Amino acid sequence: MQYLVSVIDDKDNPGSTDRQPAISVFNDRLIAEGYWVFAGGLADTTAATVIDNRGEQPVFTDGPFVESKEYLAGVWVWEAPDLDVALKLAAEASKVCDRKIEVRPFQ
Amino acid sequence: MTDVEAAITRAHHQEWARVVASLTKRFGDLDIAEEAAAEAFATAVERWPADGVPPNPGAWLTTTANRKAIDRIRRESKRDDKQKEAQMSYDDQPEPLGAIDDERLRLIFTCCHPALAMETRVALTLRMVGGLTVPEIARAFLVQETAMGQRITRAKAKIKAARIPYRVPAAEDLPGRVSGVLAVLFLVFNEGYLATGPDTDPVRHELTAEAIRLTRLIRALLPGDGEVAGLLALMLLTEARRTARVSGSGELIPLDEQDRGAWDTTLVAEGHHLVRERLATGLPPGRYQILAAVNAVHTSARDARDTDWSQIVALYDQLVRIDHSPIVALNRAIAVAELDGPEVALAVVDRLGDKLPAYHLYHATRAELLRRMGRSKESRAAYDEAITLAANTAEVAYLTRRRDQLAG
Repeated sequence: MQYLVSVIDDKDNPGSTDRQPAISVFNDRLIAEGYWVFAGGLADTTAATVIDNRGEQPVFTDGPFVESKEYLAGVWVWEAPDLDVALKLAAEASKVCDRKIEVRPFQ
Repeated sequence: MTDVEAAITRAHHQEWARVVASLTKRFGDLDIAEEAAAEAFATAVERWPADGVPPNPGAWLTTTANRKAIDRIRRESKRDDKQKEAQMSYDDQPEPLGAIDDERLRLIFTCCHPALAMETRVALTLRMVGGLTVPEIARAFLVQETAMGQRITRAKAKIKAARIPYRVPAAEDLPGRVSGVLAVLFLVFNEGYLATGPDTDPVRHELTAEAIRLTRLIRALLPGDGEVAGLLALMLLTEARRTARVSGSGELIPLDEQDRGAWDTTLVAEGHHLVRERLATGLPPGRYQILAAVNAVHTSARDARDTDWSQIVALYDQLVRIDHSPIVALNRAIAVAELDGPEVALAVVDRLGDKLPAYHLYHATRAELLRRMGRSKESRAAYDEAITLAANTAEVAYLTRRRDQLAG
């Protein structure tokens, strides 16, 4: 079972910026234990562009599709046997990243 | 009720959770298990009056439910092969917990999973473990039937999509998960005991009875767990006073005015036995055990004037150390008032004001203390506040009478 693991930051109350070494150690463990599928930190939401090509021609809009106080700061994809395993890892990930984590299953 | 009807009711109480649990294990799908169990009971209602009650109703129901489930899977696999995939994650390894390997326990832990919202856990537990129908659960929580049905359907879908496992948690996670289950049962009990809503009976006996029945089941499955025993004792000692607690005119009767002869002595005895059993272990008690002990002190006094308040304050002192909730502090203050007088208690209560501004019992407690101190005007204002915030009809009636008895 694969889970999308989102790291959620808060513009008003951002998590600390010195977490990278701890995240690398955590990633190494995810790889060693067979949970790791993919991981990536994201650039600031101001770097996003939204494209809508459902009409006659594509429309490009600067910025994220939804402006909010909380935003997606990075993602993992994990392979885990069930939600309990994913939630346990996510609890650790939240400490490691100093940010909230959302766990959502792929279909 | 005829003998057959009684047998069906008994089978429903004793076998529903077992049938759902065993089908969930076999088919890996809560939805199939629930539907097949319901069909099996419907078949029993149809057939038992004519054919007679089978010698082993549980086995009959499980076999019938299994057949119904297989029929449904065959029907659906003809329509859509995709139905066969995505079985629930089921751990077949022996649990490290030894004697408690009962399918029903897996079912309870799945229904009370922390990834589900509290109200969802309550609904799912009452449906899957308690066997209440969706309309019954909807009525109990004053929710539209369709909304309750959707809540349960969504919960089953999340369990499947997110793969919430069908498993007794590992030993290291067990205390936290058991306390989650107990929170669900306590909530069901409290909604029965202090039912909310202007058009609701003040006490919903079917909910308190169901909560006690399910807690007894957990107790049978986890006999060594102190908090399970504590919660059961707390429920029994509270339930014992049920009939003495509301007057004929639907008004709440406080503990010190209750007819103690009307308390259920069997329930009191069972509750006391459980409290003594926990005391004998010498292990530090959790919050349910302490609350049960408080209730044991109350129910040991033949007359309200004989209540051992120093012991009750000591128990609340113990509780305050492990539970920092302002509600616990408020209850402690009520006991302090009996021991040290209303002035001392009021000073404590007033400090809780900013933490409990919308809690009716904060205002009711202040009103009562102010009344005892002869400060009628302030007392009246506090009663007014409490009456506005109270949601239980019997409490509103009681508070209104107390307010109207004030001098001046």
